[in-house]
Amino acid sequence: MAQEIFHASVAQLSDKLARKEVSAVELAQTYLDRIEAHRDLNAYLDVRPEVTLAQAKAADERIAKGEGSRLTGIPIAHKDLFVTKEWSTSAASKMLEGYMSPFNATVVENLNNAGMVCLGKVNCDEFAMGGSNENSAFGKVLNPWNKDCVPGGSSGGSSAAVAASLCPIATGTDTGGSIREPAVFTGITGLKPTYGRPSRWGVIAFASSLDTPGLMARSAEDCAIVMNDMIEFDPKDSTCVELPKEDFTRYLDTDIKGMKIGVPRKWFADGLDPELAASIEDAIKTYEKMGAKIVDVELPTVDLGVPVYYVVACAEASSNLSRYDGVRYGHRAQAYTDIQDMIKRSRSEGLGLEPQRRIMIGTYVLSHGYYDAYYIKAQRVRRLIANELNGIFKDVDAMISPAATGPAYHFGEKSEPVQAYLSDLYTVPVSLAGLPGIGMPCGMHSNGLPLGFQLVGSLFSEAKLLGMAHRYQCETDWHKRVPAGY
Amino acid sequence: MTLALEDIRRIADLSHLSIDDEQAVRIQGELNNIFQMIERIQAVDTTDIEPMPHPHDGAQRLREDIVREQNDRENNMKNAPEQSEGHFLVPQVIE
Repeated sequence: MAQEIFHASVAQLSDKLARKEVSAVELAQTYLDRIEAHRDLNAYLDVRPEVTLAQAKAADERIAKGEGSRLTGIPIAHKDLFVTKEWSTSAASKMLEGYMSPFNATVVENLNNAGMVCLGKVNCDEFAMGGSNENSAFGKVLNPWNKDCVPGGSSGGSSAAVAASLCPIATGTDTGGSIREPAVFTGITGLKPTYGRPSRWGVIAFASSLDTPGLMARSAEDCAIVMNDMIEFDPKDSTCVELPKEDFTRYLDTDIKGMKIGVPRKWFADGLDPELAASIEDAIKTYEKMGAKIVDVELPTVDLGVPVYYVVACAEASSNLSRYDGVRYGHRAQAYTDIQDMIKRSRSEGLGLEPQRRIMIGTYVLSHGYYDAYYIKAQRVRRLIANELNGIFKDVDAMISPAATGPAYHFGEKSEPVQAYLSDLYTVPVSLAGLPGIGMPCGMHSNGLPLGFQLVGSLFSEAKLLGMAHRYQCETDWHKRVPAGY
Repeated sequence: MTLALEDIRRIADLSHLSIDDEQAVRIQGELNNIFQMIERIQAVDTTDIEPMPHPHDGAQRLREDIVREQNDRENNMKNAPEQSEGHFLVPQVIE
């Protein structure tokens, strides 16, 4: 159970900083020491203590002048997909190794303005393509609960860093489950907001109609607190939805009594680990005891989520990754015959197997003669899936489902692409519809690994969803467990 | 649908990727498995269903066409693999 200062929540750290029980510099140094001591996890890709400590010093000065906000001095780690001026940004790809962005991503800038202190950049699957972090060009991240197991992905550096208390909170991105799945694999809480609510500006693009920045922390309450400063309408992102500032903590005291929660029963049948199924049933019973009404929901089309997702996401990836040509930035091959050859060799050397695979799938489904049969067809089925999911939220406040088929698996266990893709079945339909979702812990497997579930809500209902998750965390203590030795 | 080796080479070419024969064979197997999984969408009746490019339907937002950023050429070019006198260098294109 949490005891040390590095186990404290964002809410607790904020109080300690305000009461001057700890300084931002001391806090930053505590985490920097832990990052150094646990380098074997490979969670961080770029750590620059002098830059972190300078930010912490500035935060302390702000607090001393009485100009601090609730987040001033709180440390955070950023997924290596968010561009940063003072740390390199590689998207865990050799293509962008050492890349120094001329600007900060909007999310990073917003959190900087609040006075948060960046601890560095965390590892992920290359260009966020994967669910295990095994696709990073800079090595896999180990799960602190069991170092033979994956930390989930693509935000696997974020999940491992939070679980191992190498930061109190981290940013992540979720395109098809990349926040929710690593959250449940490491016993932490991960929020994927509604598509278009957070700014994508400065987030290295994978699939632009799906990519959603979010947060990974110890609790829903911590996510809600940080969301307040992370989310602001950004005119620089043309798909950012123009909505007023919102208090994401306003539902934390909500009453579950009278709420309706849908359960897609067919997702609890074949292919789900029985211990995971039982622990999610317990979570459903907890909500029932809190006064929620549990109803079955039918989702006949969602099983098509995985094929639709791999058409849409790969098509968008092939377009987005065409910018890596070795001309303006990124890796350039040493030997080539002409410009075409230079571009081809640079891409083949700089991009890993998974991005190359997805670029080829995407190029094919967008190519002459196949565009209508695959890309447009997938977009039509996408609408059917979205209609189906949006439809159930006319009747229920939220939906509880698995986020993965079981607990974290062993390295190498899902090395076949189709096998890996199919394990995204619970998360991708939610992404295709653009809905918000939270991955959070609800039990422990007999093998010692955390188990968790996914709570999904209607478009723009993340504040309510965070409230519902927080009420569950007030009744249970799964989210307070930390792996032995951390 | 089954992709032949020559299809894989054509897709690689369109993707601006150079692959050798061994890689082509591996990718052929992987892509055929993936497309077998994807084929399931063909059986769905999508008559009168509009394609969904994006979770929030509606027009793209436009902005005023005004200068918002200072020219910061040096900073913006600092990651270029090769540059000279403020230009990106590439292999000779025109004889």
